[in-house]
Amino acid sequence: MSTQIEQESEAETEAEADVETEAESTHQQRRLTAKHDRADMRQRAEAELSETDETVKLKVFRYDPEVEGKSDPRFDTFRVPFTKGMTVLDALIFARDHFDSSLTFRHSCRQAICGSDALFINGRQRLGCKTQMSDLDWPVRIEPLPHAEVVKDLVVDMEHFYDQMESVEPYFQTNDLPSGELEEQRQDRANREKIKMSTRCIWCGACMSSCNIAAGDNEYLGPAAINKAYRFAMDEREGEDMQEHRLNIIEQEHGVWRCQTQFSCTEVCPKDIPLTEHIQELKREAVKSNLKFW
Amino acid sequence: MHEHDVIVVGAGGAGLRAAIAAHEEGADVAMVTKLHPVRSHTGAAEGGINAALRDGDDWELHAYDTMKGSDYLGDAPAIEKLAQDAPEEVVQLEHWGMPFSREDDGRVSQRPFGGLSFPRTTYAGAETGHHLLHTMYEQVVKRGITVYDEFYVSRLAVTDHDDPEDRECHGVVAYDIKSGDIVGFRATNGVILATGGDGQVFDHTTNAVANTGDGPAMAYRAGVPVEDMEFVQFHPTTLPSTGVLISEGVRGEGGILYNGNGERFMFEYGYANNAGELASRDVVARAELTEVNQGRGIEDEYVHLDMRHLGEERIYDRLENIIHLAEDFEGVDPVEEPMPVKPGQHYHMGGVETNEHGQTCIDGLYAAGECACASVHGSNRLGGNALPELIVFGARAGRHAAGTDLGTAEVPTGPSARSEDETDLDTPVDPGALETDGDVAADGALVEPAEVVDHAVEMERARVEDMLERDGTNHAEIREDLQKAMTRNVNVFRNEEGLKTALETIRECRERYKDVAVADPSRTFNTDLIHTIETRNLIDIAETITLGALARDEFRGAHWRQEHQERKDDEWLKHTMIAWDGGTPDLYYKPVILEGENKEYEPKVRSY
Ligand SMILES: Cc1cc2nc3c(=O)[nH]c(=O)nc-3n(C[C@H](O)[C@H](O)[C@H](O)COP(=O)(O)OP(=O)(O)OC[C@H]3O[C@@H](n4cnc5c(N)ncnc54)[C@H](O)[C@@H]3O)c2cc1C
Ligand code: SF4
Ligand code: FES
Repeated sequence: MSTQIEQESEAETEAEADVETEAESTHQQRRLTAKHDRADMRQRAEAELSETDETVKLKVFRYDPEVEGKSDPRFDTFRVPFTKGMTVLDALIFARDHFDSSLTFRHSCRQAICGSDALFINGRQRLGCKTQMSDLDWPVRIEPLPHAEVVKDLVVDMEHFYDQMESVEPYFQTNDLPSGELEEQRQDRANREKIKMSTRCIWCGACMSSCNIAAGDNEYLGPAAINKAYRFAMDEREGEDMQEHRLNIIEQEHGVWRCQTQFSCTEVCPKDIPLTEHIQELKREAVKSNLKFW
Repeated sequence: MHEHDVIVVGAGGAGLRAAIAAHEEGADVAMVTKLHPVRSHTGAAEGGINAALRDGDDWELHAYDTMKGSDYLGDAPAIEKLAQDAPEEVVQLEHWGMPFSREDDGRVSQRPFGGLSFPRTTYAGAETGHHLLHTMYEQVVKRGITVYDEFYVSRLAVTDHDDPEDRECHGVVAYDIKSGDIVGFRATNGVILATGGDGQVFDHTTNAVANTGDGPAMAYRAGVPVEDMEFVQFHPTTLPSTGVLISEGVRGEGGILYNGNGERFMFEYGYANNAGELASRDVVARAELTEVNQGRGIEDEYVHLDMRHLGEERIYDRLENIIHLAEDFEGVDPVEEPMPVKPGQHYHMGGVETNEHGQTCIDGLYAAGECACASVHGSNRLGGNALPELIVFGARAGRHAAGTDLGTAEVPTGPSARSEDETDLDTPVDPGALETDGDVAADGALVEPAEVVDHAVEMERARVEDMLERDGTNHAEIREDLQKAMTRNVNVFRNEEGLKTALETIRECRERYKDVAVADPSRTFNTDLIHTIETRNLIDIAETITLGALARDEFRGAHWRQEHQERKDDEWLKHTMIAWDGGTPDLYYKPVILEGENKEYEPKVRSY
């Protein structure tokens, strides 16, 4: 294992030794097969490594609250073969599947639409699947999203983020449905265009993680939730009364007025949603409708 | 143990729609899903959703196109339900606020799609699925439906009566990914499987990493037959390096395919003289590979899809997402250059056998969405027909499970629907049982539903415990070998030798899986364990696909056989059914229903 993973702690090797003594007494055959298969797996990885001219080093944050020796946060270094078009997610998957199957991170679509692999890569919030290795400085440092509780390795607790998203009544509400059942509610092309960017949010949480205000004020709705409110507040199909109601929500004490237009959310959003602009626009709407000012 | 009237497993388009429908009928519903709902793969759908909404179009035309597209292997009662219910369901989505693309008059836009006789594909840019998923999740939040997210369902709590048609499903067992607890969920009315696709059986796929066929594999092992598994759709336009999909919308809007010589091969070599690039997916996928195999590909691997002539404005208006995909995942700017594309696994027409109410042959067990086979897609799904399937059959399953009377189903299910003819398929290898003890169902002696669930929880605990404690093989290597073998041998082009080779590899994978173990000892977020359980499901799914393909010695829809270059309607107007018989796959057939509401669909030559 030593060639690919340079452990910054000895924990893993000790754990392996333990397993071996226990296995010796019982499942002889199993152990042999396992050893053989593990060796095979590493061999394959070695072969791939030797075939490539270039390898890239990943420094990956590790933490497991439960496993002895892993409960102290540390960084593990993995060396993986670099291939053209390789993303950070590809590299993580390679490291996990070839060197350490306990390496834990969320991922699914690998095409920037499920929003599950937002990570802190070289000091910036990015989607692992959307970030090309070749666009980064090496070695690549991969950490969980800041300002969220780490569950294990690169996985953070998203509950607070979801709660904020769901606190803005994130669902369409209108009294103006057409009477004919098969009749659509009409929407102007321009209106759809206006809300278009705001509807692209994939709930990745990158913006919230990058926001200093959210870091200091746990109740602040945060850029994603405010953007969600924008998506509905600006949708003409909901009608004016509803818009007023929505402005009330985002105008609350920990709403839009907390934003200090630092633009960090806008900078990191993988869907290029102009978050700061949306927040500013809601502020203007709120002023126009003469509501309270915190 | 948690208890609800209806438990929906999976929270993609089908699961969400099922939950909303059951909730509207007054049931107490809970969703149990391994990913948070908005992470489901429905979000990746790009092109659109078919529904006959406009003058000049009607459900009968939609049904006709679908039957023809299916190469006459769809069941008419299910197809007609799809076409009849789709308009109302799509307008419903609009009423829930889904941001569809619009016409000048403010109504939703529709565009042409492969195999459709009318431009009836309704869409929201090139990110239709994202909007559909989020719009429905919003409705779930609005209604306060309980969601257990990051819970991995690993077993169904089913009684083990000898005849699967006597069995009952009382709930599911799930692994709480965050805490490692194994939890029972009891459903008093029904369990609806909506676990999505199984593209991870192949190594080049448009599907998410989470699409591992868990639902069909669990249902299959509990005694529900899987149907038409050999019919796997390969999408003609995926990016070569990642498998990311370039929507059919590109061809719908006028995108052109060129080979390495710069020829428009769909016409040049007569693959589809009328429809050209808009012929149905199987036709285009084969055309591309034929070009590559005959040395007219690019870098011996792919062809070009060009949309530059559409002009920047139109591209941005209707296909903007495609620009980002091509740039981020292939490094190509499609406004300036053509995109490299090749076929990739995309959709599974086959799945858990259900009738048009989503019911399986096990009482209380339903399935809907891509994991199910009602069957509306037959041997080839038309683009834009999966999304309406999710909402139409999701809603129907939800209603039925909540107790609504949907009338008598016309599509028969279960082993009693088998036709006389049995297959005497001579499989080259004994597919091999895999630790079948206790896998089928709970102890039949137990009659109390809650005990059935408890019993299943116990069995699952023991299994997980064992995998965590022992030393053994890592699943990743088995998975990789399986995927490679499937891509090599059970792909767009198939032949007997290749299929037999694949079966051989699958059997080896089974053998090796007996020694599988989870190296990560942690109870917290143990993805190693999850992936290990999934790999077992992939093995079962791969086997049913390959067996079905080997047995079907004809060429129909997506299933192409080198030795059999014709559709054999006399012999093969029937569904391939595979049932789990104590660990050995039992293959049989059931007739296709071509009889619709007012007419019989007459098999015709499928030309485009
Ligand atoms: C890239 C792409 C583009 C597509 N474009 C189109 C299109 O334009 N038009 C069209 O009609 N169709 C399209 N399709 C097909 C269509 O999108 C899918 O068939 C459909 O979205 C599947 O939806 P589903 O609800 O069945 O499953 P999914 O959306 O995949 O959801 C599955 C759910 O099940 C859960 N789950 C799975 N296993 C378990 C388990 N063991 N325990 C608990 N939960 C579990 C997951 O968490 C998830 O919530 C496309 C497909 C792809 C891959
Ligand atoms: S607004 Fe952007 S960064 Fe924030 S959650 Fe949505 S997609 Fe992610
Ligand atoms: S894996 Fe889905 S957004 Fe990256």
